[in-house]
Amino acid sequence: MKTTHRWILYLLLVVLFILHNDFWFWGTSQIVLGLPVGLLYHILFCFAASVLMYSLVKFMWREK
Amino acid sequence: MILAVLIIYLALVLSLGILSHKFFRNTGEDYFVASRNISWFMLLMSLFGTHMTAFSILGASGEAYRKGIGVFALMASSSAIIVPCVFLFIGTRLWKIGKKFGYITQVQFFRDRWESNSLGLLLFIVLVLLLIPYLLIGVMGGGDTISKITENAIPQWVGGLLISAVVLCYVTYSGMRGTAWVNTFQTLVFMILGGVTFVVIIYRMGGFSTALSKVDISLLRQADHIKPLELLTYTCIPLSVGMFPHIFSHCLTAKDVSTFRYPIILYPVCIAIVWVPSVLLGILGNVDFPALKGPEVNTVLIQMIRQYAPGILAGFLGAGVFAAIMSSLDSQTLSLGSMFTNDIVRPYLRKGGKEQMTEKQQVWVGRLFVIAIISITYIISLIAKPSIFRLAIWSFTGFSGLFPIVVAALFWKGSTKHGVLASIFSVIVLWLYFFLRYWQTSGYSVGGTGIMPVAIIIFVSTLTLIIVSLLTKPPSSETIDRYFNA
Repeated sequence: MKTTHRWILYLLLVVLFILHNDFWFWGTSQIVLGLPVGLLYHILFCFAASVLMYSLVKFMWREK
Repeated sequence: MILAVLIIYLALVLSLGILSHKFFRNTGEDYFVASRNISWFMLLMSLFGTHMTAFSILGASGEAYRKGIGVFALMASSSAIIVPCVFLFIGTRLWKIGKKFGYITQVQFFRDRWESNSLGLLLFIVLVLLLIPYLLIGVMGGGDTISKITENAIPQWVGGLLISAVVLCYVTYSGMRGTAWVNTFQTLVFMILGGVTFVVIIYRMGGFSTALSKVDISLLRQADHIKPLELLTYTCIPLSVGMFPHIFSHCLTAKDVSTFRYPIILYPVCIAIVWVPSVLLGILGNVDFPALKGPEVNTVLIQMIRQYAPGILAGFLGAGVFAAIMSSLDSQTLSLGSMFTNDIVRPYLRKGGKEQMTEKQQVWVGRLFVIAIISITYIISLIAKPSIFRLAIWSFTGFSGLFPIVVAALFWKGSTKHGVLASIFSVIVLWLYFFLRYWQTSGYSVGGTGIMPVAIIIFVSTLTLIIVSLLTKPPSSETIDRYFNA
């Protein structure tokens, strides 16, 4: 179970890294919530990274 | 008014640095790594403050002025995922090894890990050479900013001298503890003042939506200014934190391994807090200053302050820039002083494996080196050309190229000293090749494809390390057991 959990978290890390390359918003300058969507996406990306780090830290420290 | 704010700020920084001396234990370990006793909040603030330089405030807005929103993805959100991962997988392990074997510098670890003094010496030289331009950029950038904010009332040489003198005082007097205390304060200062500057300017521009509607639409999308491969390969640049000597020193200051938890979790949020205002203000600078060219683009934030918030806010911005610069400069000089003392002087004074220097002597040698480094940096800053600012990205590229070494040291038993030496040489050769040919070319990428040279250097140095290690003899089993099976 622990190994599966660990690999899921590592997989999520890879997915997040791939999601950093947001080619789907590459050519749009649409404004969402008052901000250009490409910028808003990367701000949310920072928060998603923080949440993933929380999960990784929680899991890895519990393992220790 | 601007001058008064700056002087008050510098006096506060100096007082804090001097106050921390009350806890000084007069040992080498205390001077260089604060007796490994720093709490999580101070660790977060000092790691973040050390990593963020004046570039995060002025350079980021200048880049955003030219390239638009894509700069945030390129330089900020890439760090938001890479840097915490480096702390989690590398930093915590380095802390454990540092604590267990009493290491203070990276070179001590790498020299023992691969049983090679020559490797340690080579790495020492490479790390010092890569760090020097970084120091220069701090001193020159600070002096330049202050002279522009005060409209030359304070000349550049006086600004640089002020920064150097204040850093010199608290680093030599209080060592790493003073540096960590001051970094915590300074990081809070530039995070808060960045936000305040943003709110005031936006308010005086008539609101965010109004200001944004006047901006060229191409700056609000990534496609027109950044290539997809540039975004992908730029994520290699933040790997440099794994090899920065000053970040290594800060990692060793943690009280225990769990001290890293909150810094790892909160790092991405801190990045967003600092970079979002810088990038947006850079983009909005196009509204009032549409014709900035060359190095002038890095002054866009200063010009906006002059236009929309002169006086006390300009003083605050100056303090914010001072904070960003000094919070990196202090750690860099201290780490260099630490490397000279612990990697050069101590090993060569040892007789028959016995330590010849007392703790007090180590502290004083460290102090003398810090004084020498800051003085030399300041003197060079007076004669260096402003084009040196382009060296920042090349300095980061060099450190990132060396990243496979720390990974091999921690995770690969089969890595050998010859593999690592070959890897370092491959970084030197490729770095010199790209640097000598293209350092004058702004925004250079390999063949214009968007691929950053750093990606090529990391790929080749990794491959070289693997191939040569597989062909040569690994360290003794005692050494492997020491680091992997204990």
